[in-house]
Amino acid sequence: MQSNPAFIDVQAVEMVFSTRKGSFHALRDIHLQVQQGEFITLIGHSGCGKSTLLNLIAGLLLPTSGLLLCDKREIAAPGPERAVVFQNHSLLPWLTCFANVHLAVERVFGARESKAQLDARTQAALELVGMGHAAQKRPHEISGGMKQRIGIARALAMEPKVLLMDEPFGALDALTRAKLQDELLKIVARTRSTVVMVTHDVDEAVLLSDRIVMMTNGPAATIGEILSVDLPRPRDRVALAEDPTYVHARKSVIEFLYSRHAHVEKAA
Amino acid sequence: MVSAVFHSPREAALEAAAAAKAAPVVVAAKPVEPRAPRQPFDWRGLWLQIIPPVLGLALMVGIWALLTMKGGAFPTPAATFEAAVKLFADPFYSKGPNDQGIGWNILFSLQRVALGFGLAALVGIPLGFMIGRFGFLNRMLSPLISLLKPVSPLAWLPIGLLVFKSANPAAIWTIFICSIWPMVVNTAVGVQRVPQDYLNVARVLSLSEWKVMTRILFPAVLPYMLTGVRLSVGTAWLVIVAAEMLTGGVGIGFWVWDEWNNLNVQHIIIAIFVIGIVGLALEQLLMAVARRFSFDD
Repeated sequence: MQSNPAFIDVQAVEMVFSTRKGSFHALRDIHLQVQQGEFITLIGHSGCGKSTLLNLIAGLLLPTSGLLLCDKREIAAPGPERAVVFQNHSLLPWLTCFANVHLAVERVFGARESKAQLDARTQAALELVGMGHAAQKRPHEISGGMKQRIGIARALAMEPKVLLMDEPFGALDALTRAKLQDELLKIVARTRSTVVMVTHDVDEAVLLSDRIVMMTNGPAATIGEILSVDLPRPRDRVALAEDPTYVHARKSVIEFLYSRHAHVEKAA
Repeated sequence: MVSAVFHSPREAALEAAAAAKAAPVVVAAKPVEPRAPRQPFDWRGLWLQIIPPVLGLALMVGIWALLTMKGGAFPTPAATFEAAVKLFADPFYSKGPNDQGIGWNILFSLQRVALGFGLAALVGIPLGFMIGRFGFLNRMLSPLISLLKPVSPLAWLPIGLLVFKSANPAAIWTIFICSIWPMVVNTAVGVQRVPQDYLNVARVLSLSEWKVMTRILFPAVLPYMLTGVRLSVGTAWLVIVAAEMLTGGVGIGFWVWDEWNNLNVQHIIIAIFVIGIVGLALEQLLMAVARRFSFDD
């Protein structure tokens, strides 16, 4: 990792939600620097605020205090340079897969490019995730894994500076998930995207990440530890299964999650 | 394989064994795609579809016939049917403003409904969108809507007469004011229930307000809106009969009242059926439209 200024810079961020039952301190004292081209995963038990942190980077939420920078500019609102892949794909059911991706392409490139170029970009994004054949299908006609691919295509088609993924494979079965992880690795290697991904899957985190950000339990969750995964790329899940670095990284994360910060069921 | 259900288990087992023996041979001999056996026509399903409604109708006519057997003011089904045949033989005659065929009466009523309902849609749907989108407007208008919604259509009629000083606009006004509420309320609820995910997509893409409206809000709200439209048309058709009874003119409601004054009870019963059938047709039409625009996820 070079010492150039961080691409995403999260400084002393606090997040307090005011709800009807009073205020809820979700995140406390978050500091995180992400370099360009880095693959970061946020891992932690449910309710630890990892999705909140992702939404803050996306600009869907604004911090109570602290500062978030992306490419040296303050994150004040969502924008297409920080594309989000949502947990439940969030495709618009009344549009075809093509039209779903095209909506994003049109927004980002519509002012500069011709209609044919926009269509070509859309088709290219669909091909990238292996869904070129389903362009004219509606989301309800394809499987969950396919929907998530379209969601990824929509995000990638915008050529974002950062790809933010909120448990993108959480709702998929294990085999589909593994396949999509492998494809994501290939795509990211090709596009050199900066990725921040929320997950609760230890293997997914170790396989994909350059660094794993482990979060303590909420309320007032914070970053407990950051683990660098120094595995060469491209990574192969079968070969890695017995790799000592992989096994060690995996063990560190499991130890953090289950021994030191085991999820305590709320007593009250 | 389904046919095995109707055989005894022993027979089924024999059959299965035979099929197992035969199967590899068949595969080897004919690698062509197996053609689906032609489905026998589903007589049983059709039977079950048709019999209950016919039975219900027969029951009603039967009870009606039994009750009118001894004679009296109430006409028998047969007499009513005869009157209906005569009536529908010439539905579009016109002998002056107070004596026109039933076809004209229905068409005039439908025209009033279309006008009143159309105006209500024109005002109610945009209003619903605004109430759904802006919390302030919602809190401002909700109490008013709750207050005015349950008011009977007939209570609105004098207001219409007062303002418009004429019967026909007053009837249209009554339909307007009674059929606007379901559209306002359903559209507003639809806008409020647009999944946050879709709105987040809009925010991440930072779509223009126009794109948000046309690509996300409108399609997402459409099913709710159509439910509102359907309820509204039903209400409008309910209201027209009552309104026309009071305002007069050519229309199915006035026709009922006129026939009552003539003591022509057969025609009143026919009118009840006709009103029911037209209402049903309107409902079915809008259901078909709603199905066309529903996106099952």
